[in-house]
Amino acid sequence: MITFTNVSKKYDEITVVDELNLSIEDGEFVILIGPSGCGKTTTLKMINKLIEMDKGEIHIDDKNISDINGDELRREIGYVIQQIGLFPNLTIKENILVVPRLLKWKEEKCDKRVHELLELVGMPYEENAMKYPNELSGGQQQRIGVLRALAGEPPIILMDEPFGALDPVTRESLQDELKVLQKKLHKTIIFVTHDMEEALKMADKIVFMSDGKILQVASPEEMLANPADSLITDFMGRHAVTTEEQYHDLTCKEVMFKELIFVSETEKPLEVASKIKKSDHDMAVIVDENAAPKGVVTLDLIKQFQQADKKIVEIADTEVEKVSENKLAKDAFNQMIKDNKNYLLVMDDKNKVTGLITRDVITNSLARLVWGDMDWAL
Amino acid sequence: MTMRAVLQHLYLVGAASVLTMIFGSILGVAAYLYKSLRGGVLWLVDVLQTIPVLALLGVIMIFFGATSTTVIIGIVLYSLLPMVRNTYIGLEGVDPAIKEAAQGMGMTKWQRLLKIELPLAFPIIFTGIRIAVVTSIGIAVFGAVVGGGGLGSTINRAILIQDMGTLMQATFALMGMAMFFDFGMSYIEKRLQSR
Repeated sequence: MITFTNVSKKYDEITVVDELNLSIEDGEFVILIGPSGCGKTTTLKMINKLIEMDKGEIHIDDKNISDINGDELRREIGYVIQQIGLFPNLTIKENILVVPRLLKWKEEKCDKRVHELLELVGMPYEENAMKYPNELSGGQQQRIGVLRALAGEPPIILMDEPFGALDPVTRESLQDELKVLQKKLHKTIIFVTHDMEEALKMADKIVFMSDGKILQVASPEEMLANPADSLITDFMGRHAVTTEEQYHDLTCKEVMFKELIFVSETEKPLEVASKIKKSDHDMAVIVDENAAPKGVVTLDLIKQFQQADKKIVEIADTEVEKVSENKLAKDAFNQMIKDNKNYLLVMDDKNKVTGLITRDVITNSLARLVWGDMDWAL
Repeated sequence: MTMRAVLQHLYLVGAASVLTMIFGSILGVAAYLYKSLRGGVLWLVDVLQTIPVLALLGVIMIFFGATSTTVIIGIVLYSLLPMVRNTYIGLEGVDPAIKEAAQGMGMTKWQRLLKIELPLAFPIIFTGIRIAVVTSIGIAVFGAVVGGGGLGSTINRAILIQDMGTLMQATFALMGMAMFFDFGMSYIEKRLQSR
């Protein structure tokens, strides 16, 4: 268990960590996240005394870390950094064994450990142990970086944006591997990132920091459902779940298609058809000279009546239902389904058409509720 | 010109280079490790190079007489600059991420220096050694004036008796020596850097 008690750190006059209190349980995967300069990396590096705190105390189990020699403390805590930092003058095996050798492990134990660790990430000993770091790909190098941190069997591992410099595909597979490793080895992992997706995927507990202070400590689910601050909501971006209540309040205006095609009553079907084809939709709204709606015409309707000389209004669906734009979307959807309609016209209070609700609109709204606020192509 | 003069010259250069490497690397490491010494050490080796060789040898001669010791000390003081500077720059230039990783693993300051930083800085330090060796071949020529022997004495004598043949031979021997060390060590340097 790691406990921070009123920990502060200042650089010159700038406070980067401000009276921080936090406790981390054994075996927990804790992610420190926040905008750059929020103090997350400083907080991490104070645990292994790479950065000395100015005020407060950090205890690991019952020991105050200020009573422990920094070098000895660091041998008991794994450390992985974004730039990987493998030693280019040492082989993969020697890199992995840096800490065990510092801890004066016996040679057979060292040897066994390297075999075991390389096995763990599926990199055969024979092929990899004698290679130098520059012979490996970035993803493999960081796998070794993680193994090097695990080698001395530390109960705690600190990771400073370990996958930040990797390509998305490699990053994802290393995240998955780390998650599996942690399940298997029950290490306490403290992990810094600025990537909310990574945090939500990996963490047992997310610590959100801003300006040296903790804004919220919560599980990923809890943070998604109840972000404590608008900054956290911003940070979660598309992952933020709009709560059900918010969906209950959605109005037609908020969900409707807005980019409509308007045509006049007298236009010829072929002209209308070509206008519709140029747009993203498959229908147009017919309006009179006062912009009052007369009906809706779809491409299908025009195809059914292949009579070029007819006016468009003669083949249009003139029995379209109308709803006010302030009506609840939920009610409009109900109405559509009940009356078995494919579309509703949305009107403003001056009786002008402002949008259209179709079955696609319903689908998109549902998708947003289920998968979050993505850019659904309409 | 005798083979003896050439060997004597090589002895002066060799002895001085070994001492330069020892003292130069110690000073370079000290400048790297201790901020308080850094300014002073780098300033000192800089200033040493601005003293004219003959004046420097004259001062040393007061203490050690007209011996090869005087010449060797003179060469060492003169060629410290590239050695100290390259040791310092080489260590300073090791990727900070690697230094942070080494510290994060729990290596002590000296373990980091010996196992990681010096090996990684070695190609640059080696360049310093090459420059020091090649410069000392030239400086050793001045050894003649303080009785150090070597090719300097041969050249000196040849000038006095206007023996152009010997003068040319000695000059070519010096050039050959300098080029041999320069090219040979450059080759090793390239091999080191490509690793």
